[in-house]
Amino acid sequence: MIVPLERPGLSSLAPLLGIAAVSLAFAWHISVGARSIPLHVVVEALLSYDPALFDHVVVVDLRLPRALLAALVGAALAVAGALMQGVTRNPLAEPGILGLLVGASFAVVVVVGVFDLTSPTLIPLVAAVGAVLAAGAVWGIAAAAPGGAAPLTLILAGAAVMAFLAALVTVASLLDEQTFEQLRVWMTGSLAGAQNEVLKWALPWFGAGLIVALAVARQVTALAMGEETAIGLGTDVVRLKALSLFAVVALTAAAVALAGPMGFVGLVVPHAVRLLVGQDYRRIVPWSALAGAGYLLVIDVVARLLLAPVEISTGLVTALIGAPIFVWLVRTRL
Amino acid sequence: MRLKCSTAQYDEPVEQRDAPRLQLRDASVGYGGAPIVRNVSLDVPDGALTVLVGPNGSGKSTLMKAMARVLRLDAGNILLDGRPIGQLPTRQVARRLALLPQGPVAPEGLRVRELVAQGRFPHQSLLRQWSRRDADAVEAAMEAADVAQFAERPVSDLSGGQRQRCWIAMVLAQETGLLLLDEPATFLDLKVQVDLMQLLRRIAKQEGRTVVVVLHELNVAAAFADHLVMMQDGRIRAEGCVDAVFNAANLAKVFGLDATVVRDPVSGRPVCVPRVEPAVLHTPRIAAE
Repeated sequence: MIVPLERPGLSSLAPLLGIAAVSLAFAWHISVGARSIPLHVVVEALLSYDPALFDHVVVVDLRLPRALLAALVGAALAVAGALMQGVTRNPLAEPGILGLLVGASFAVVVVVGVFDLTSPTLIPLVAAVGAVLAAGAVWGIAAAAPGGAAPLTLILAGAAVMAFLAALVTVASLLDEQTFEQLRVWMTGSLAGAQNEVLKWALPWFGAGLIVALAVARQVTALAMGEETAIGLGTDVVRLKALSLFAVVALTAAAVALAGPMGFVGLVVPHAVRLLVGQDYRRIVPWSALAGAGYLLVIDVVARLLLAPVEISTGLVTALIGAPIFVWLVRTRL
Repeated sequence: MRLKCSTAQYDEPVEQRDAPRLQLRDASVGYGGAPIVRNVSLDVPDGALTVLVGPNGSGKSTLMKAMARVLRLDAGNILLDGRPIGQLPTRQVARRLALLPQGPVAPEGLRVRELVAQGRFPHQSLLRQWSRRDADAVEAAMEAADVAQFAERPVSDLSGGQRQRCWIAMVLAQETGLLLLDEPATFLDLKVQVDLMQLLRRIAKQEGRTVVVVLHELNVAAAFADHLVMMQDGRIRAEGCVDAVFNAANLAKVFGLDATVVRDPVSGRPVCVPRVEPAVLHTPRIAAE
């Protein structure tokens, strides 16, 4: 894609460097584990797989799926966050803060835990429905408040919906402790337990969401300057919002189906990306995908190394890093 | 400069089309409830600077939003090049008509050149990417609005007047025959307002574009308008060239303003001077004693 301007300091080599950095994080992610595997062996296993070698089997069968998962979930949440911030012109918008993650995971918990439905084909769909309903509830509550759906009102409504749904999940888990024991780790946002089967069914959602996000990126830049300006420039605002909502929900659903609610990734990554590439969403969206993948790969390594051999849920680490950045954004941007 | 009056705006047959590009026919528009603007008809003269004035809440901004298809009409028609504006694809409208809304906000960190480049939006698509032609239009717009020297600076670093000129450059880069600007001069110093209006008049006169501006300052409006539209209570109360419309009777009727209208000896344009009751002169008692 040809872009109108080259920012000083961002040469045409930047995309290559970005991809190289994420690839390195990817290989590092695979090399770290109960048994450390040297980077060159990881690369060999990925490029010329030899099933006779034990290390190669570990890399490809055990560690590669989790690395893919981390990259996918990170990219999905970062792109969803970037789009939400652009379309709502709210620097704090993010799938977690506006209740989409908790809505999606609540729906999954209800369907898996209460109705005992565990078909991996349906989980992304269930998550998508939950995300839409929660987003609708948050927006409805905020819009009914005096002053309308202002940035802070939306965040308060998100907090209320989140607390309410979290309480319901707790109640449900007390009623059926056995089933929920399995979901407990997933509910904190974890990359440990996902099955390849779920990955297969989440992939189309991820792909569709990402393609739509890339396609609307140019118009999101216009919308970020205000609705009237966007209309003046020839944007069909209603259509753009509908498409963006679809992209956000599809990406959130894919991420939740794979890893549970992983908070703050969609907040931290796009803001960091903006500092580097500026305000044009034609750059922000692809760079958020790349940076989100790299970010979650690194975070997942940290989650495994921090208290090794005990593994912390990746979602707890993203929250530990994301919460202070959230506070900083509230103080500087609102 | 001599003022042209009444139909004088239409006396340049070379540039005139059969009908004005933007026409309002019995247009009524509001925000869902009762219409704010009711049954307004207006032919916007081409290649001229039209100024909408009116007291707060008179519906001038609402009318402008309707002209820019931001608001949907409750009744009536707005014709762009003879066709109802609501029936044209929005991107096509954006190639003929540009809007600068009230108090626009640039995303933090956006550079001037990037802002102006947004004006090329309607000329691009997924298939038609950035071209030499777009780059030239952006350069020309920045030159015309005199912001080229700030091109690489963030918009948020500039003063109010400079920022407003950047936004005007953005709508210029859109290369439309029609420009609508909603209160572009509000909250700016008088000198900056005058510079801005001179820029808009230049755009109308030299480039033959049709410019419509909502203004607050009556004397600025009188000094620059080719065509003056006075609105009150959702209706047009007076309309025509400045000499015909800008008089004490209309100011009293539309604004409830008791003013004397005098003539600027240099430009020949009318100027309103609000009548002020003479202060009651007290002879200070202490001094008298």
